[in-house]
Amino acid sequence: MAAIIQAKNLSKVYKTGDLEIVALVDVSFEIKKGEFVAIMGPSGSGKSTLMHIVGALDTPTSGTYILDGEEVQKLSEDELADIRNRKIGFVFQAFNLLPRRTAMQNVMLPMIYARIPKEERIERGKKYLHMVGLGDRLEHTSNQLSGGQQQRVAIARALVLNPAILLADEPTGNIASTQAAEIMEIFQNLNDEGHTIVMITHEADIAEHAKRIIHIKDGKIEKDGNEHKQRRANGHRNNN
Amino acid sequence: MSISKGEQMDTEIITEAIGTLTVNKLRTSLATLGIVIGIGSVIALVSLGQASAQAIQSQIQSLGSNLLTVQPSGQNQGGVQGAAGGGTTLTLEDAVAIKTSPQITTVSEVSPEYSSRTQVTTGRTNTNTQVVGVTPVYADVRNVTVESGNFITDSQVNSMAKVAVLGPTVVEDLFGENANPIGQTVRINGQTFTIVGITASRGGTGFQNQDDMIWVPITTAQKQLFGASHVTSIAVEAKSADAMVDAQNEVGYLLLSRHKLKNPENKDFSIFNQQDLLNTVNQTTGTFTTLLAGVAAISLLVGGIGIMNIMLVTVTERTREIGLRKALGAKKKTIITQFLVESIILTFVGGVIGIGVGILVSYLYSYFTSSVFVVSPNSVLLAFAVSAGIGILFGWYPAQRAANLQPIEALRYE
Repeated sequence: MAAIIQAKNLSKVYKTGDLEIVALVDVSFEIKKGEFVAIMGPSGSGKSTLMHIVGALDTPTSGTYILDGEEVQKLSEDELADIRNRKIGFVFQAFNLLPRRTAMQNVMLPMIYARIPKEERIERGKKYLHMVGLGDRLEHTSNQLSGGQQQRVAIARALVLNPAILLADEPTGNIASTQAAEIMEIFQNLNDEGHTIVMITHEADIAEHAKRIIHIKDGKIEKDGNEHKQRRANGHRNNN
Repeated sequence: MSISKGEQMDTEIITEAIGTLTVNKLRTSLATLGIVIGIGSVIALVSLGQASAQAIQSQIQSLGSNLLTVQPSGQNQGGVQGAAGGGTTLTLEDAVAIKTSPQITTVSEVSPEYSSRTQVTTGRTNTNTQVVGVTPVYADVRNVTVESGNFITDSQVNSMAKVAVLGPTVVEDLFGENANPIGQTVRINGQTFTIVGITASRGGTGFQNQDDMIWVPITTAQKQLFGASHVTSIAVEAKSADAMVDAQNEVGYLLLSRHKLKNPENKDFSIFNQQDLLNTVNQTTGTFTTLLAGVAAISLLVGGIGIMNIMLVTVTERTREIGLRKALGAKKKTIITQFLVESIILTFVGGVIGIGVGILVSYLYSYFTSSVFVVSPNSVLLAFAVSAGIGILFGWYPAQRAANLQPIEALRYE
């Protein structure tokens, strides 16, 4: 299958005055269409930096990053915004819904930036909110929804523009464990339907829902593989 | 197609902005209040300034148009110029000469006047008022109308009759409200005068109040009352407003030659032009209005800074939201537009309410002081443009700040 993400020799160096902080060193990997990848690592390992580059929120200091056929590392700020809009569906740890807006208004926001006509926005917004099981809460505002429900609105929002990848940053970090399981179920269903998912997490039991885990440590890929699949088959039940 | 999409985007941004503003109603209304007060005071103060300017103008015009006033000036005595009006150099003959001289072509009426303040009494009451000796043309020249009875006539002037025409304020002071004392008598300087007429009220106040005057034949005033042979002023009415300058020169030359003065610098009279007075007053009230508008503009500026302050707070408070919007695909321009639209809506709404408040205040002012109600369309237009301009000006910096936020930083912001 075609590679959706091709990262070659990615490096990222932050400069603060005379101090140079190396966050990523020569990282290369590929993610194919339909994969469900977890990126794991302790804090300070560089996984957030990697997620920012993968999410086109930031550009690497060196190396090339090709997302769905487009070379992202040389794009301008506004072009990056366009790439994020069309190709990436974000799911954040803190949900990041617009406060005091309804679920529908939140889900329709990226479609406004994509200049989709209003009728279609409403139609698609309803469709995706139904899909995440919130068909009866279209007009609820964010503060009227539980953490799990808010994250489901965020997932619907991430999906409405049919992105190349779904990029989730600690998607269950802020919600109760029972609801976390529901969220992971949604992710797995989406993956089964063919969506490519990249998930950043530091929780091993969440990472195990993925088919492939990339371990990051000190800015380098420490381990990358499907070798845990066996472990998952055994460990999944134990963890639950 | 792309145009219609763009328009749709714009209406979307406006709805978004209105949505954000209505979410925090208290803050929105407080931010707007600064602009309301600013615009309101600009409109109200400019209107008040213009209303008082018009009031003063119409008062001056009511004293007679196309009018020149000749007054004796104190003669040069040892290099000291006496006060204007204090001299005794103008006579009735001067007035007759101005009226009849063939050199004078631009003058229609000449009204010699002898004016002095004096005590006026009836049996029980007394008042101190301006007694003016006049000829019949005075009524035309000075725009005086008689409400009941008659004005001074030629035969009364010729016969030095002891008759008086009273202004309504004098009537009220001496006889009480709504009295009709025609046929009764008053004592002026101890001499008995028969009241033959009462003038119509002009509602004037202050400055040469023509309601508070008594008119008698000029000959009577000179000979019987004050024992004088001169006049205190000669009012000269020019044939038209354009002829004012010519009339001024003609009268000036005639009087110089009559008074046998070769050097105009030694002239023993001065000629005042009603237009000069009007111009001076206009200038003064213009300065006054500008000053008021300046003060109001300062409050508008303060209102604008208030908007900027609120917008900056909004940007800081919504850092995460801005980050999210950028992560979801909002371009710099979109964020700038969103924040600019918000501040423009704030100032625009404030401007509209402010214009309403300003007009209301000027209306109430004119209602309670029974003065003219003027709202200059210019000040409304200006206020409108300024309020929208303030939205752009003071919204620009916060909008830039918002647009330049990096999505990562903004998303991380707690």
